[in-house]
Amino acid sequence: MSRYLILVPFVIFLALAGLLWMGLSIDPRHVPSPLIGKPAPAFNLPQLYKEGKVSPQDLKGKVWVLNVWASWCVSCRAEHEVVTEFVKKYKVDVLGLNYKDYATEEYGDAAKQWLARYGNPYSKIAVDTDGRVGIDWGVYGVPESFVIDQKGVIRYKFTGPLKTQDVEETLAPLIQRLRAEKVPVEGNKG
Amino acid sequence: MMGNMMINTPFFGFHSHSRLASFMLAMVLLLGILLTGVARAGIEVREFDDPQQEALYNQLMFELRCLVCQNENLAASNADLAKDLRDEVYEMVTVQKLGEKEVKAYLVARYGDFVLYNPPVKKSTWLLWFGPLIMLLTGFVILVWVTKKKRVDNDTALNKAKRDEVRKLLDAEE
Repeated sequence: MSRYLILVPFVIFLALAGLLWMGLSIDPRHVPSPLIGKPAPAFNLPQLYKEGKVSPQDLKGKVWVLNVWASWCVSCRAEHEVVTEFVKKYKVDVLGLNYKDYATEEYGDAAKQWLARYGNPYSKIAVDTDGRVGIDWGVYGVPESFVIDQKGVIRYKFTGPLKTQDVEETLAPLIQRLRAEKVPVEGNKG
Repeated sequence: MMGNMMINTPFFGFHSHSRLASFMLAMVLLLGILLTGVARAGIEVREFDDPQQEALYNQLMFELRCLVCQNENLAASNADLAKDLRDEVYEMVTVQKLGEKEVKAYLVARYGDFVLYNPPVKKSTWLLWFGPLIMLLTGFVILVWVTKKKRVDNDTALNKAKRDEVRKLLDAEE
């Protein structure tokens, strides 16, 4: 027995090393959203180009994406091309949530200028001037993207700039799966 | 000896100089600490009618995490989101008159337990809360086990073998 006792520190070392190694693969920036599986928080915000308000209710029955962006956000610019391509390729309704762009004087009409320059892939753009809706959606950094199913439930959240790989490997398959869901039947989760 | 003293004299001078320097350094550090204190207190000037609400607000500022700069609480963070969340908490405490539990529940529902500096005890945090205790107990058990075994070895088998060996060596010497 005592012969095996010598292995104890080694086993403890291995366990610790294993834990630490696992820790390396965990991204502390990735905070799992408690909103997944919950109904999308309601809002009724002014639109960027059109008159009238926009609300998640408008898109009920569709699988859609809420993309939180701002003209002052550098990584949104990196993501923008990917979002544009995503919309074009998969015909997805992407609702833009313009986060705190109009909150400060110095930015003025920056959001519109930004879209004029880089193109506008969004079906509608909600303007969240003071970031209160952002808080409601648990936004803690732009860009962020949420996938909402036909019943209006948040099914997925992506934090940070989307890359083509994320679209192809995660978003697109998920959206196709959610579109295939039969809505009125309960308990038909893909 | 005298020569040694002579050589050392300038070093004494240097020594007292460095003492002054370290005193200055300490003062600078102290000032730095005081200044950060001022900066912290000066994030926003809040007015409270109710001292209880003020106490709750201040407590929450220290117990809630800023999600942007993850190792800072709301009181310390300069991030934009932290400011928004401070406004939100201020409103919840003063206008909506919510208690500690309600404010925390509101934020946890949106940002998850991560927003709390003090993680709640539940299944997924069980290891976090009790892991150290388990490790301590394991260590203690191993310690007792090992020392007990050692004592037995020392008293009997090992010593007897050693003694025989020594005797043999001594006998050979003679």
